[in-house]
Amino acid sequence: MGLLEGHFEDGFVATNLEYAVNWARESSLWPMTFGLACCAIEMMATGAPRFDIDRFGAGAFRATPRQADLMIVAGTVNLKMADRVRRLYNQMPDPKFVIAMGACTCGGGPYYKYGYNVAKGVDLVVPVDVYVPGCPPRPEALLEGLMRIQDKVRKMKEYHKGQPVDVPIPARTGSVRLPDELATPEKAAEFALENKERGKPAKA
Amino acid sequence: MTPTEIAAILEEQFGPAVTGKNLAALDPFIALDPAKLVEVCTFLRDDPRLRFELLNDITGVDYLETDPKKVAKAGFDPHLEVVYHLSSFSYPGRRFTLKLILPRWKGNQPGELPEVPSVAGIWRTADWHERELFDLVGVYFTGHPDLRRILLAEDWVGHPLRKDYEYPLEYHGIRCR
Repeated sequence: MGLLEGHFEDGFVATNLEYAVNWARESSLWPMTFGLACCAIEMMATGAPRFDIDRFGAGAFRATPRQADLMIVAGTVNLKMADRVRRLYNQMPDPKFVIAMGACTCGGGPYYKYGYNVAKGVDLVVPVDVYVPGCPPRPEALLEGLMRIQDKVRKMKEYHKGQPVDVPIPARTGSVRLPDELATPEKAAEFALENKERGKPAKA
Repeated sequence: MTPTEIAAILEEQFGPAVTGKNLAALDPFIALDPAKLVEVCTFLRDDPRLRFELLNDITGVDYLETDPKKVAKAGFDPHLEVVYHLSSFSYPGRRFTLKLILPRWKGNQPGELPEVPSVAGIWRTADWHERELFDLVGVYFTGHPDLRRILLAEDWVGHPLRKDYEYPLEYHGIRCR
């Protein structure tokens, strides 16, 4: 804005609309209250005065998806809940962002192998923007994740009205295509057996 | 009153309904004929000598060795057990255990759940316990007021705590393994 700087009286700032909108957007990301398990405690701690997520303008936890920009999925997503997660995500207005908080939402965590009712990562359900690993992550880690979301907002190119914003979609999202070795139940059983054999301790 | 005396009262009262017992175990138990369960439980709750007013929990145990190499050493035939833990308020500290021994599938038809009469009419707490057991272990409780899945989704297939349960490949478009 160098050209226009100093040409106006005090109290005026020259900028472009894109920058201004992105600045407003990144400074008031309203998260949706989405505590599903123990990570929710850490998310609450992040909201409380000691860590104070309000410093980043993201302290207004909304109880409805229609007023939220950011979904912090904090905790184990089981398959019964996954339907609801997807539904709530669809109800959020664009542009919307998702933080996968904790090991369970990043990839199943401790439930990866025997969790018969746990989605192996919330990215199988909704598109995820930022992964925050940890079990549970420290509040600082969540704040870091939030700042990465803010980076993303700052980089948003054009000011869209009514159009979805072009957010780069991570690789493991959307509908699921199984790898070849898991394509049919028979193959999957064979694969599991193979894995089991491979996992056996070597005989002395 | 010791477990031995409780077992003696039940044997005197119901005779052939008691199919087995182990009073030396850590939790002394008797095994019952499932058909007589409601009768025995009503007696256990209402008899002034016994007064088991509280059903602590109902547990389902699936006895099945899935590894063919270990079957010979397993020491049991495949079956299902339902265990009832009882205790008393009138006589604090008194505990007793009932066991039902069931086939894994009714009539050996895989998919047909074994049936047990519900005790939800005797202890209200059994209502949800039986629903959980139905959900996860797959025991059908006849006469239950509202036997639906309690933890898993309504359209779930199978009973995950069975030893031979196969994990689903996909659920509502979500990859599961």
